[in-house]
Amino acid sequence: MTITKVTSHISPNEHLIFERSQTGRIGYRLPALDVDEVELNIPAEFRREDDLEGMPEVSEVDVIRHFVRMSTWNYSIDIGMYPLGSCTMKYNSRLNERVARIAGFANLHPLTDEQDAQGALQVIYELQQHLAEITGLPGISLQPAAGAHGEMTGIMIIRAFLDARDGAAASHRRTMLIPDSAHGTNPASAHLSGFSVKTIRSTAEGLTDLDHLRELCAHGEVAGLMLTNPNTLGLFERNIKQICEIVHEAGGLVYMDGANMNALVGVARPGDMGVDVIHLNLHKTFSTPHGGGGPGCGPCCCTKELEPFLPVPRIVKSGDSSYRLDFNQPKSIGRVKAFFGNYGMMLRALSYTLTHGNDGLREATEAAVLNARYVAAGLVETYDKPFAGSPMHEVVFTDKKQSRKGVHTLDIAKRLIDYGFHPMTIYFPLIVQGAMLIEPTESVGRQELDQFVEAMKSIAVEAVENPELVLNAPHNTRIGRLDEATAARKPVLRWKPENS
Amino acid sequence: MLEAIGLGSAEELFDSIPQDLRLQRPLNTPAALSEIELLDRFEQMGARNAGARRISFLGGGAYSHYIPTIVDHILSRSEFFTAYTPYQPEISQGTLQTIFEFQTLVCQLTGMDVANASMYDGSTALAEAVLMAERVTKRSKVVASTAGHPQYLEVVRTYVQHAGIHLDLVEFDEKTGQSSHALAEAIDDTTAALVVQSPNFFGCVEDLAALADAAHAKGALLVVAITEAMSLGLLKSPGACGADIVVAEGQSFGVPLSFGGPYVGLFATRDKYARQIPGRLVGEAYDKQGRRGFVLTLATREQHIRREKATSNICTNEGLIALAATVYLETMGRRGVQEVAQQCAKKAAFTARAISKLNGYSLPFSGPYFNEFVVRAPGNAVDLLARLGKEKGIEGGIALSRLMPDRPNDFLVCVTETNSREQIDALVEGLATV
Repeated sequence: MTITKVTSHISPNEHLIFERSQTGRIGYRLPALDVDEVELNIPAEFRREDDLEGMPEVSEVDVIRHFVRMSTWNYSIDIGMYPLGSCTMKYNSRLNERVARIAGFANLHPLTDEQDAQGALQVIYELQQHLAEITGLPGISLQPAAGAHGEMTGIMIIRAFLDARDGAAASHRRTMLIPDSAHGTNPASAHLSGFSVKTIRSTAEGLTDLDHLRELCAHGEVAGLMLTNPNTLGLFERNIKQICEIVHEAGGLVYMDGANMNALVGVARPGDMGVDVIHLNLHKTFSTPHGGGGPGCGPCCCTKELEPFLPVPRIVKSGDSSYRLDFNQPKSIGRVKAFFGNYGMMLRALSYTLTHGNDGLREATEAAVLNARYVAAGLVETYDKPFAGSPMHEVVFTDKKQSRKGVHTLDIAKRLIDYGFHPMTIYFPLIVQGAMLIEPTESVGRQELDQFVEAMKSIAVEAVENPELVLNAPHNTRIGRLDEATAARKPVLRWKPENS
Repeated sequence: MLEAIGLGSAEELFDSIPQDLRLQRPLNTPAALSEIELLDRFEQMGARNAGARRISFLGGGAYSHYIPTIVDHILSRSEFFTAYTPYQPEISQGTLQTIFEFQTLVCQLTGMDVANASMYDGSTALAEAVLMAERVTKRSKVVASTAGHPQYLEVVRTYVQHAGIHLDLVEFDEKTGQSSHALAEAIDDTTAALVVQSPNFFGCVEDLAALADAAHAKGALLVVAITEAMSLGLLKSPGACGADIVVAEGQSFGVPLSFGGPYVGLFATRDKYARQIPGRLVGEAYDKQGRRGFVLTLATREQHIRREKATSNICTNEGLIALAATVYLETMGRRGVQEVAQQCAKKAAFTARAISKLNGYSLPFSGPYFNEFVVRAPGNAVDLLARLGKEKGIEGGIALSRLMPDRPNDFLVCVTETNSREQIDALVEGLATV
């Protein structure tokens, strides 16, 4: 007997929960109210009248199936290599997840008296110590919630330092220098701190143009420099010490975007290079999960000199080995977030640091760089590699060779999906036309790297022999390429009932 | 592999880093721990948090609510928690459709037209709302009530300090615990926004409709902040009261306390301001065969395209926590959210009445409240609460003097559906005897 397939399984067609809703269905039960009814003092005009119409009414199994079905439409690290350059998609240890769920932390209220939260404060303090050692920068705040938030914090610290140092004269020092290869968050964060942005050119080698830096510094209004190192082309700025000296001589400070710190842990320290302040992404370098777009944690690490400007409260250790909150920091830029930041991420990052150990942290860095080098070597004959230098943890290629046949970076990325890989970062950095930024991380082995290289080579062949195949990719996903232009022109940003 | 790329040792991988910049010693961090040792260490540290084991009546921006078991199960699916921001829509539809549902739920609860994919938390969402109000109105003064959460106001102050925005704080009404008449009077033709929290830091519900009228009369926006989002299950939505921007802390919706984070900021506004909203937005889109999907949209507002002219610097937001809130809201649903809110309010009213009958205790504010209220103790609240914790194992509230030095005897009590009658009786009994 043969079975005739009549329809695809329901899972690809899961509707919005609002479309599944059935009046009267519920998926929860609360205990009966166990107090005497006391009249509420909330006047009728302050109460809801809409009975929350439109909100879903579904059962527990409806919810479970809804999300499990939708989850199958996602690619994730646990499925395979996720080589998003600059995003650092590395394995998220389940042990770290377990640590974050320990009741003594998960059930702890942030306004608990510090005496009754000593273990929680100890975690913050110890992680601060480890990050200080790893970056070579002793002043740490774990309060920022993500990389861009840490950037904003760092730049506000620079501003506060300059204002304190130069007084009224600081008002002439409002220019932040940012390389043309930088993350978009850099200029946006500088703007939030009241700085105007001047762009530094990159050299043909892909490094910061020292002559241009000197020229810009000569104008005399420079508050500082925001530099990613290794930069977004995956290249180590080997002149970093000189760069810092030039900026310091001009009276400015150096902020390092630590998004690529996973290329340096255990190998080199920003504090030893002359950098004044840096942010880290615990959700990149320290493997806390990205969660489909957060939460992150963006610690800000700075020199002793800048430490008084860090956000309050500081978490410090007293003489009697107890931990306490220090609010008495008159020079502080203030608070950047309620409570202490994304604490659950700190637990995971401390767990990562302790399970790797000092040698394991360095080994992870070595493996990340080795993997990127391996991919670089594997693809250099097939794809245009615009910069000759040896990459660190990520490598940039372009579509120059393939675009002659009308196949562009976007098409190559979409075709890669058919081969079972998540695409690399595309069209970033902006200075590289048709950029494909590949970061394998340490979480993939040689076998998978070989498969990736083979897939990329195969796509290059297809681009010549059967370009239509690439141009119409992906072919095996639940939906095809979506019309993003129409979506932006006539945005539909929420569900509404049909009769409304 | 080193051989395959022509290197002799791992050290050569770092040849592009000048020798004098390389760390010549091992990191001075601990050696690796096994799983057994690691868990033991963290369990021990966790055990040093006595506060996590006690019966709790703490609120003030973070709330103990019941979390259905399935929330953590969904969050723990690899496909959600080990995915990145959904930049490739064809293989990210799970995340994208979830965010679209999240945006819809936030609109339904707040009574607004459009909501974003999340902010870091309530406090930073409020700061971003203030910056947005300045962009929309091109005005530079912001009027706010001191009855807002002190930490939220501190975050706003940090964010606006270099934005040329003047923050005008107006004292709340000592009788009602609500914002005073002076608040409306402080609004003038240069005011970008009136910022008010409701329920406010003292738990009191504000008259949002009247405040909206006062703001709109001068061409200012009304920005409403909410720290206890569960109140939306009972209280009239800010949208229905005329708010222009609504921000909230979403922690109440299925997110553990976790010592203050990660939580999730909700951000909603009117359709006409959609292009001024900070952060990510997900919208509906169709492929060539007419199949519905979802994409990140209106990205021209964002930093990766607009750089210093972007509406915000935010990139990573709180995706997974927004998922938690979505699972929570869909599981509890239309009925559950209202039932939880009702229980919170009723239990709080019962508790407040019982405490107010105790000798020496009073409720200093007369304004309506949801599930938090201020109690005035016969003596120093810090000492009283410390004794209550130590002797009775009860976290009885937040001493206001920790955030507002001039209120030594006042403390803030929060009651939720998780506080049983037995716990409430123990609190009342404890306050009477310690």
